[in-house]
Amino acid sequence: MVLSEKLPVGSFVEKGIDWMTQNFSGFFTAVKEVLSGVIDGTSWFLTIIPAFVFIILISLFAWWIAGKGLAIFAGIGLFLVHNLNLWDKTMQTLALVGASTLIALLIGLPLGILMSKSDAANKIIRPILDFMQTMPAFVYLIPAVYFFDLGTVPGAVATIIFAMPPIVRLTNLGIRQVPADVVEAAKSFGSTPAQLLLKVRIPLAVPTIMAGLNQTIMLSLSMVVISAMIGADGLGKTVYEGITQMNIGKGFEGGLAVVIMAMLLDRITQCLGSTPQKSGKRFIKNLLSK
Amino acid sequence: MPKVEIKGLYKIFGPTPRQVIPMLESGADKANILKKHKHSVGVNNASFTVEEGEIFVVMGLSGSGKSTLIRCLNRLIEPTGGSVFIDDQDITKVSAAHLREVRRKKIAMVFQNFALLPHKTVLENVAFGLEIQDVKAEIRRQKAQEMLETVGLKGYGNAKPNELSGGMQQRVGLARALATKADILLMDEAFSALDPLIRKDMQNELLSLQHKLKKTIIFITHDLDEALKIGDRIAIMKDGNIVQIGTAEEILQSPADDYVREFTHDVNRAKIITASAIMRDAEALVLEKSGIRMAVRKMKDLGISSLFVTDKSNTLLGIVTIEQVSSLIKEGKEALESIIDDNIKTVSCESSIDEIIPLFLYSNYPVAVVDRDKKLKGIIFKSTVLAGIAGEGRESYGA
Repeated sequence: MVLSEKLPVGSFVEKGIDWMTQNFSGFFTAVKEVLSGVIDGTSWFLTIIPAFVFIILISLFAWWIAGKGLAIFAGIGLFLVHNLNLWDKTMQTLALVGASTLIALLIGLPLGILMSKSDAANKIIRPILDFMQTMPAFVYLIPAVYFFDLGTVPGAVATIIFAMPPIVRLTNLGIRQVPADVVEAAKSFGSTPAQLLLKVRIPLAVPTIMAGLNQTIMLSLSMVVISAMIGADGLGKTVYEGITQMNIGKGFEGGLAVVIMAMLLDRITQCLGSTPQKSGKRFIKNLLSK
Repeated sequence: MPKVEIKGLYKIFGPTPRQVIPMLESGADKANILKKHKHSVGVNNASFTVEEGEIFVVMGLSGSGKSTLIRCLNRLIEPTGGSVFIDDQDITKVSAAHLREVRRKKIAMVFQNFALLPHKTVLENVAFGLEIQDVKAEIRRQKAQEMLETVGLKGYGNAKPNELSGGMQQRVGLARALATKADILLMDEAFSALDPLIRKDMQNELLSLQHKLKKTIIFITHDLDEALKIGDRIAIMKDGNIVQIGTAEEILQSPADDYVREFTHDVNRAKIITASAIMRDAEALVLEKSGIRMAVRKMKDLGISSLFVTDKSNTLLGIVTIEQVSSLIKEGKEALESIIDDNIKTVSCESSIDEIIPLFLYSNYPVAVVDRDKKLKGIIFKSTVLAGIAGEGRESYGA
């Protein structure tokens, strides 16, 4: 069936956004204050740590969690970033990614648990997640600017929206995949629903949840350049400047720093899902034998 | 008072399970109800009692409803109708909180695929039931350690379950169930996932543990040999119905229907059937009361060539044969004592046919069945043994 007139989807959304800007400005201001406080605070904290201390700490942590190879990569990669004069920008980006991931986790984990518990919630939330992931990010950058002005905060909000679905989906999947007989065993010993969740379901879902966390971090990194377009600080800004000034070298340097950070975060979070104890023991032995 | 009693238990899967019960009561069967009403019958009107300290085995093929039945006992599956009494309390009627208490303190369960928590150590797994009850860490460690020793896994406490073999993992599962000191153990195909040799070990281990611990055990299996070996009594299930309940011998000797008979067809009867089930009445000469002529007449009457001799109090003295008796007559002597051969084989009432067969290899005499005080209880001939293996009951006397 063909309608003679176009449905007013666009103007409907515009009116909705206007209405929200007018009526929820208090709420948006509060969100903005909290978010910018968290991100700026983290960023400030990361930049006051001397770069060489930070590089050594990260390398040691990589060694503990994943072994020698990643430690060497972390040392060289971060040294290169510092050498390219991108250290402060990298720390700003890390703060943005870290804060966005943390908030995505705080919202996403309970949502995932809710979805695993209730098929109705599953049915409702799933299309919303699809929407969040596939609606082009530029489309909600604009309302984000309406609500939160230019700067880091709308970038963080857009990042959270885009990066949250994997942690929700994989928390749901991980909990649903816990073997039925283990759940049955826990019930047969008289577990309460809370004990079942905390002692059995979530611990057994951890590897899958960690895979979700990894994806969430990777997706927030991929939003770095896009959020730079609305004024977010960090490596994205360097890349964006490189593009707008036709400065290929500058753009490449910024991009390289993003890649190094992405690889480091990816490898480290991948190892968080498996058992860190053994490599940890190895690390302690290595330290003691020196 | 029975420890566990089940009365008229139904479990029906489907949208309106309660409406199916009257149909089952009026005689509809499982296939019919699935076809016409789209409901699947798990358990159909099951009733039995289990006494304290008994091993009660529920045996059936897959789909017979045995796993559903055992889960109704601790309400991992909610029964559709009927009652489950544990220590005289109907647990189908108790609240969720009360049910948790019953699961914590009274019933523990062992699962087919072990169902251990992979992220916890063996010791933590054994302590899991206690952890759920908020027992202090120190105390539950200690109790779990004791249980690990009981099942022969001392020193494995810090391993992860996946580092152990299947048999060892199931020992952990058993220790976990024993650690809560529950009186009732539900074992759902507990040994079915193990390879045959390990399974045999575990069966023996369970029997020897049971000897010490005297739990009330309800054991599910699809393996008749296993059922016959460990069960004090056995219930056989088919299509959700219990078709027969009885001891191993009762089931082998008098199967309730063709289904059970078919089942018992391949069983190694020689291992199960005992002397007391096949022996003939203890016809013997009482030494003080009988002379040589009495011996001859009795052998003639019974159509046999040898006779056991006992004293007045039925204590077995030995055997006399027709050859010896007739040579005694030729010599003109009367007293039987001189020809009693005390080199005879005896077995107890509990001996299995398996143990009796070799006794016939080097002896032509029948075997005497005696009790602990050497009192004669019965007699076994070669033919008796064959009849027993063939699955026939006691028949007429004679060899």
